[in-house]
Amino acid sequence: MNHINLLLVDDEKAFLDTLTKRLEKRGMNVTAVYSGQDALAELKTQKNFEVVILDVKMPQMDGIETLVEIKRQDPLIEVIMLTGHATVETAIDGMKLGAFDYLMKPCDLDVLIAKASEAADKKRIHEDKIIEARMKEITNRRP
Amino acid sequence: MMTTSPTEREIFYQALTIRIRILIMIVSFFPMLLTTGILFYKFNQLYTEKMQTHTLELVQKHSLEIDTFLVEKLGNIRYVARQFDNNQPPSAFLKYHLENLRNEYGDVFTDLGLVNQNGIQFAYEGPFKLENADYSLAHWFINATQRPYYISDVFTGLRGYPHFIISIRIASADVNYILRATVNFGAFNSLVENIHIGKTGIAFIINTKGQLQTKKEISLNRAFVSFITDPRNYDDNETVFTRQQDDITGKKYLCVASMLKHINWLMVFRQDINDAFSELWKTQILTLICFIAGCIAILSVAFILPKSIVRRLSAADEKNEAMNQQVVESGRLATIGELAAGIAHEINNPVAIMIEEAGWMEDLLEEEESEGTKNMDEFKRSLKQINTQGKRCKEITHKLLSFARKNDSTTNDVQINDTIMEIVSLTAQMAKYNNVLIKTILNKNIPYIRISPSEMQQVILNLINNAIDAMEKTGGTITIETKISQIEANHLVITIEDDGPGIPKNNLDRIFDPFFTTKPVGKGTGLGLSICYGIIQKMGGKIDVNSQVGVGTRFRIWIPFQEETKKSI
Repeated sequence: MNHINLLLVDDEKAFLDTLTKRLEKRGMNVTAVYSGQDALAELKTQKNFEVVILDVKMPQMDGIETLVEIKRQDPLIEVIMLTGHATVETAIDGMKLGAFDYLMKPCDLDVLIAKASEAADKKRIHEDKIIEARMKEITNRRP
Repeated sequence: MMTTSPTEREIFYQALTIRIRILIMIVSFFPMLLTTGILFYKFNQLYTEKMQTHTLELVQKHSLEIDTFLVEKLGNIRYVARQFDNNQPPSAFLKYHLENLRNEYGDVFTDLGLVNQNGIQFAYEGPFKLENADYSLAHWFINATQRPYYISDVFTGLRGYPHFIISIRIASADVNYILRATVNFGAFNSLVENIHIGKTGIAFIINTKGQLQTKKEISLNRAFVSFITDPRNYDDNETVFTRQQDDITGKKYLCVASMLKHINWLMVFRQDINDAFSELWKTQILTLICFIAGCIAILSVAFILPKSIVRRLSAADEKNEAMNQQVVESGRLATIGELAAGIAHEINNPVAIMIEEAGWMEDLLEEEESEGTKNMDEFKRSLKQINTQGKRCKEITHKLLSFARKNDSTTNDVQINDTIMEIVSLTAQMAKYNNVLIKTILNKNIPYIRISPSEMQQVILNLINNAIDAMEKTGGTITIETKISQIEANHLVITIEDDGPGIPKNNLDRIFDPFFTTKPVGKGTGLGLSICYGIIQKMGGKIDVNSQVGVGTRFRIWIPFQEETKKSI
């Protein structure tokens, strides 16, 4: 289950860098960016991300806007919202817009990893189903 | 207003009272004085004018009557004089004409006489024996010889009774006589005496010397006589209007004099001023009484009204101030809350970083372990402590944030029983775990209330959690009851009662204060009840607590409802 391709988005650089190191130490493939725009750019260049961990409260482009944009670009990518307590409602809004789950800052690392794994699993199952469906479609093609 | 001291306010209220008082007096007195004054003056003037006109008319009418009377009598005698024939015996002539006159006019003429140029009355017809009486020195005779006719003043004369004489000179070629007629004084007098106005209004006639020509006993002072006999004082109607003061009695009189045309007599009408103006004065006294009554009314209003106004004002001010203080208090709490939330939010991120860094160090230490560093256990313990305390910080900041967080405060019509059942089912698991039984006595007939459901949930959940926490060790029963309040009109009351250990008295007063907690450090933030208190206050309700150590604790919440919503069920 390890080797998840993770994209971390948060404007708090110190927090993000340490988190990146810890996650990498646990075998994740982590890319860290510090704004919503960077996240979108990163997603365009690198197609193999499975899970995005997205801070809700960011300057310029906030978490919700970024989420909407990510889901528009690639609906299958799972997004976990990261939030301070004051923005729980925003996180709930985010889930209504297709986010996988939300986590409250500061969060327990094990919980974060568990959630990320779940999300990655879901995405893989999703993709498998799509492949299956496509195969079915192909095999069922009439000659 | 808010910052003024009590004495300053006292002075302000006093000044206000006086200002209102003065204002009332000015706006009431001024128009009243003006109206009363104008009415008083105008009425006085009109009444006096009317009365003068009336009296003048009366006097003029009567003087005309007297004039007519005199002219008529003069005409009678003139006619008699023209009939005189020297060939006829004088006594027979007189007798015939006196009889004729008496037949025609009654008892107006007393007698007739013929006087020769020497003043000897050689012929006489009448009740007195005045034949051959000598008038040569009489005042009237001297006057009569000089003019064609003469009317004398009233005098007593030879007969000893007051009378006056009309005389005509008969001058022809052979005779130079004077025909003399005495007018019955009584008949003449009655003409004047019949004039009466009011109780004291009388008329009389005087000659130019101020001598009375009628019977009345009237005292006249010299100044008055000289005034009314002076022709310069008379107006176009040959009347004069004046006032006279009696020398002896000191009474004041109103006098009207009119000059007679054919004789140098004055017709005078005199009335006591008190009598003449009695009606006017009665009216004036009535007006005065009304005025004084009005003044008293204004004064009493001016004294009572401002006092009561200012009393009400001060009561309203006090109330206002109490409310202001409450507003300031709650405003301050809100500010503190916002500040706390701001700080909490700012602290949250650094704390997250610290925990993350501590976690990273733990990760790294695991790699070092094999080398067996001397203080490895202490490092680990220390990092764990950092982690624990960081989580505690997180706990506090989260509570603080929820304190100021903008909750879902959209209001709805809520059946409170449903809200309670929801929370009870949420807490049932925890209650069971702590050996606590939750009992509900919910009155089905309570009305819907317009509140924020999520806020209400928060309040009830907080109270139930507190109760469960209190009975953690012992177990017990929580009873939740809803009903319509008997104490407060249009309120429903929610009672949450437990039979736990109770709250000591000195804690009870501070139970709703922010950050007050009896839980061990790190367990509670002391914000739960203070949040509840704020929410209930915002709903316009009330929350109170009763507790007895060893018996239990009871929280009661009153929430207002509208009469209409009650009916709409």
